[in-house]
Amino acid sequence: MKSLKIICPNGHLGFAPLKVESFRLGVAARPDYIAADSGSDDVGPVPLGSDTSTSPEAWQRHDLEQMLLAAREIGVPMIIGSSGDTGSNSRVDRYVEMIRDIAREHRLAPFTLGTFYSEVSHDTVRDRIRTGDTVEGLDGRGPLTEAELDATDHIVAMAGVHPFRHLLERGADVIIGGRSSDSAIFAAAALHHGFPESQAYYLGKVLECASFCAEPYGAKETVLGEVSHDAVEVTAMHPGQRCTIASVAGHAMYERSNPFHEFVAGGMLDMSHCHYAQVAEKTTRVTGARFVPAPQIRVKLEGAGKVGERFVGIAGIRDPYTIAHVDEVIAWARAQVRERFGDTGYELHYNVFGRDGIMGAMEPLRDRPGHELCIVVQGVAPTAEMAEEVAMTGTRQLFYARLPAVKGTAGGVSFLLDEVMRASPAYTWTVNHTMRVDDGLTPFPTHIERVGE
Amino acid sequence: MATKKLVEIAKTIRSKNAGVDKITFDIIFPDLASYHLVRESGAITRETMAKLLGISQNRITDFVAFDPACAIKFTILRERPSGSAGDPDIFGAQQYGPLLDLEVPV
Repeated sequence: MKSLKIICPNGHLGFAPLKVESFRLGVAARPDYIAADSGSDDVGPVPLGSDTSTSPEAWQRHDLEQMLLAAREIGVPMIIGSSGDTGSNSRVDRYVEMIRDIAREHRLAPFTLGTFYSEVSHDTVRDRIRTGDTVEGLDGRGPLTEAELDATDHIVAMAGVHPFRHLLERGADVIIGGRSSDSAIFAAAALHHGFPESQAYYLGKVLECASFCAEPYGAKETVLGEVSHDAVEVTAMHPGQRCTIASVAGHAMYERSNPFHEFVAGGMLDMSHCHYAQVAEKTTRVTGARFVPAPQIRVKLEGAGKVGERFVGIAGIRDPYTIAHVDEVIAWARAQVRERFGDTGYELHYNVFGRDGIMGAMEPLRDRPGHELCIVVQGVAPTAEMAEEVAMTGTRQLFYARLPAVKGTAGGVSFLLDEVMRASPAYTWTVNHTMRVDDGLTPFPTHIERVGE
Repeated sequence: MATKKLVEIAKTIRSKNAGVDKITFDIIFPDLASYHLVRESGAITRETMAKLLGISQNRITDFVAFDPACAIKFTILRERPSGSAGDPDIFGAQQYGPLLDLEVPV
């Protein structure tokens, strides 16, 4: 095989639907694989912690249906990683159900479905901590402690190419995977056909976010990557988009702290010597990628834990004097909450939009607030009743704040609603670490079944 | 000395999560000339970015010039993990605003 073609229609399947026109153009280009990742830690800790999806099921189903029908129509494998935003076991199961439903509905000929799970048990991680096999922190975090582990509800490990390759070797036509490195989904297919790691992982890196590597900006459009033994070529499928040197190189740094190195389970893709060339109107060719295998396989762990139930209140301010003294207004409301509940055992957060609501302490213009402010109040506590009262006190007492020279003595803030609203419980990322594994397959139990027989 | 705002020179100025504990900033220029102009102006360095955002330099974990994309990129540690209660920008996508008005000597 001289080259292999893969199309990617969506950088985060389900988060917004793929665009059908460019996807069909991609299918017409006769790819050897159709693949996409369906997860991201960008969506915050709530979906993983509460074992839910943030993407609507209708959108997930839409994309799975488009991809499955196309893949079966042209007889090529379809690969999905990080099912349902988080890649937890329940999300894999849900995608498998959808695949079975779609196959039945469309009376598809029988095919082989491969799946794998990515959740890691607390016992496994605790065992590592206790035996001194340090679960190393990423991004400035220290080694994982048992206290952090105890505060975690769900943990997933980030799969590399290993479970995907294993399932391809066992003849899977469709793969529904748990949490995975997005580049590994594509790299696995290229490695399965004997392409070198350097090109395989670069192929994955460039395809993972679909049309984010094309210009002009336009998400959810299909791109096609073609890997050979010494290069990767990437082509935009949308009639109005192109893959240019600037757009492809620019994508190398997207969402990464460093544009030169990409770490996956088993090694590191080194892009520091990549060379980019425009070889056709819509196609850029990349050479010079390198892959450096790691001496020891470590998988990234993601974990999220519940902090408490959460209610949200909203208040507005128009009085310029009150705006100038908004910190005192908030201090008053905080003091009322403290009087009722003490100093600890709950969280009370204020975001002051119109001043520094988005950037907080990093806002250079925080001393120049607008002529009106919106204050969003969040109360977090162990029970819903307490969270509601924390949020309600923290919101309503803004109304009664005592400022010495205020002219408006009938109420210090405006309310859109005279209530606080129940929000999703508050979760936090408790785990952002790596764990040593004996091999890249063991943490990811695989399963093969026939669908439609 | 004459200056221009960064927004008038750069093609793309953006911020986005890089994992759950970091936010990364990309400033991408339309051509090598404008890229080199800004790089050599000294307007965008670890020091100036830390000062603009009011953070200590050790919160800037990466600062790189990326020639193939005509881009300057830096990454900061978040105050708390993305999406924790009180974090107003789960995706880190609206942290680049102050960069637009940065004055660049030309």
